[in-house]
Amino acid sequence: MSERSLRSEKSGTERSLRSEKSGTERSLRSEKSGTERSLRSENPGTEPILEVRDLVKHFPVRVGVLFKHTVGQVRAVDGVSFDLNKGETLGVVGESGCGKSTLAQVLMRLEPPTSGTARFNGRDIFAMRGAELRKLRRSIQIVLQDPYTSLNPRMTVGDIVGEPFEIHPEVAPKGSRAGKVRELLDVVGLNPEHLNRYPHQFSGGQRQRIGIARALALRPDVIICDEPVSALDVSIQAQVMNLLGDLQSEFGLSYVFIAHDLSVVRHLSDRVAVMYLGKVVEIGTEEEIYNHPMHPYTQALLSAVPVADPTVRGQRQVIRLEGDVPSPVDPPSGCRFRTRCWKAQEICAQEVPELEPRGGGHPSACHFAEERSVVP
Amino acid sequence: MADSYEPGAVPDGPLLEVEDLYVEFRTRDGVAKVLNGVSYHVDAGETLAVLGESGSGKSVTAQAIMGILDTPPAVVTGGEIRFHGENLLAVGEERRNEVRAEGVAIIFQDALSALNPVYTVGFQIEEQLRVRQGMSRRDARDRAVELLDLVRIPNAARRVRQYPHEFSGGMRQRAMIAMSLALDPEVLIADEPTTALDVTVQAQIMDLLKEIQVERRMGLILITHDLGVVAEVADRIAVMYAGRIVEHADAVSLYRTPGHPYTAALMDSLPRLDQKGSTLNTIKGLPPSLLNIPPGCPFHPRCPRAEDRCAVEVPPDHRLGLGRTSKCHFAEELVSRV
Repeated sequence: MSERSLRSEKSGTERSLRSEKSGTERSLRSEKSGTERSLRSENPGTEPILEVRDLVKHFPVRVGVLFKHTVGQVRAVDGVSFDLNKGETLGVVGESGCGKSTLAQVLMRLEPPTSGTARFNGRDIFAMRGAELRKLRRSIQIVLQDPYTSLNPRMTVGDIVGEPFEIHPEVAPKGSRAGKVRELLDVVGLNPEHLNRYPHQFSGGQRQRIGIARALALRPDVIICDEPVSALDVSIQAQVMNLLGDLQSEFGLSYVFIAHDLSVVRHLSDRVAVMYLGKVVEIGTEEEIYNHPMHPYTQALLSAVPVADPTVRGQRQVIRLEGDVPSPVDPPSGCRFRTRCWKAQEICAQEVPELEPRGGGHPSACHFAEERSVVP
Repeated sequence: MADSYEPGAVPDGPLLEVEDLYVEFRTRDGVAKVLNGVSYHVDAGETLAVLGESGSGKSVTAQAIMGILDTPPAVVTGGEIRFHGENLLAVGEERRNEVRAEGVAIIFQDALSALNPVYTVGFQIEEQLRVRQGMSRRDARDRAVELLDLVRIPNAARRVRQYPHEFSGGMRQRAMIAMSLALDPEVLIADEPTTALDVTVQAQIMDLLKEIQVERRMGLILITHDLGVVAEVADRIAVMYAGRIVEHADAVSLYRTPGHPYTAALMDSLPRLDQKGSTLNTIKGLPPSLLNIPPGCPFHPRCPRAEDRCAVEVPPDHRLGLGRTSKCHFAEELVSRV
């Protein structure tokens, strides 16, 4: 929430912000080190389609009405690296304020990054301009959380799904558009004859299908799904998750799947990155993260998920975290999780733990990483 | 304290009882039948979970109990809500206010919009103490600090002077709980208390609610759509669909052998934390429009078990033993297949 309100204060300071690159970023950069290999998925033969390295996005905190000055930075995303392979789903989990939605916006190039790179098919997306950028925008699409506010209530469904063709007419010449829109509606399981209806005539799940159809219109390679099912009821959520799975195998899509619901993420993801306060604290295959979590935060997060089985009540080991997530304006020194961590020692306040393979094999960012099975 | 009953005496029947409640929303588009004969009850020290998807009527029932339905369009067209045997729908507004204050309290999903942004958190807790119990400002302030302390808000003496926007999401929900406890209610209705919160904070809040409930022997009505949360805390569960309670059972039985196809389908459609599934089972179609509820069993158009009679005959409550009921023609069969 604070992110959003701060963003509105952003104004035209991007340039000055860039020159403000503080010492922290440089030090973050030096954190890169030998994690490079381990960020890749073990799947041989698959090419990474998106390579993100040391991505940083800070929002300035500005005070004053007339004479605004910057008093700090919201470190929304603070050095995130991962690879996304073709046809793969990378799940990104974390609690509110961990920077997962900002990550989505930076990858969509809706927000310029403070530093770092993201290469799409080997080309840095932040360096792209003009025609190349237009082409990129076709290739990376997004599905947003709230199907109620992300569709224009004054546009018909046909116009909403067809609008991408207005901007990228090379994909579908004018004459063929209506047909294409019908096809898209059919693909996502909506009645193609409902072309002329308005969003309010659809239920939440159907609206999310409209959002998915819009994202599919330009035949993208990557779709970033930012909490696509969290506003939906359980029975509808399953329908939309199945649809996302089907579309992935049909069109060979790669997903960055952002969500806070750990069961939903496990269901759809091949690999999972766990974020806390702007940093990835652990990354690995779905199996590694859920069955062999190494980082205390991942363990706490997994153990806090209520289990839909009353017979295990009281027998389950639940790690209770104290307090709230600290403010990203002034994150704790060293390891950001140390203020809520039961393992924290002096070193945690002094040294930032690097995201590197520890013990179990997959990368985790904890000085005392140790496997602990918490999922029953 | 309300004085129409002896607080120490063992009441006859349940503490709070909803019986055959009907509510309609009279809108421009027609009459929406939001509640169609809802009955449930809660006793002291007991947790009843009301489970349902959006539009099932679970929150409207709570609002009817509290007497805070938006009227118009909402109209209660039948049924009773009894608190200690007294029908709240038949009493005057003054008595209703008394029950709202000392009998039944409610906390909402969205604590930020439930709190008044222009008053301090302390003021909002103190207000009821001063109005209902005639406390002085100073005593009320002391009590507010105690209450914030009770819900484990650190630094309560300072926090009591802060405004809701200075609190984090979890702390706002704690403040709401403190406020609802101020007058020592006998029943607490928690309407999706943790839906807006992160999972680690959700665990904290549910622990807190459970602890306070046990300590004060409060009746707790937990309204939620989260099958996980329900499994962790509920003694009994009422599953709602299209303004009806389609199944009512103790928690263990309900999860072991769902007595209604809707309950079974809901459980099947959950993604699992402990394994990566393939395709999820879904419930086909959409929940019905309350303006136009299907005849017979309202779930029949989506039900895998439906037969011809389901479209015609409204299933009555089938008693399945141990206080279980299910509104499905095939309830006995569903429960016996193990």
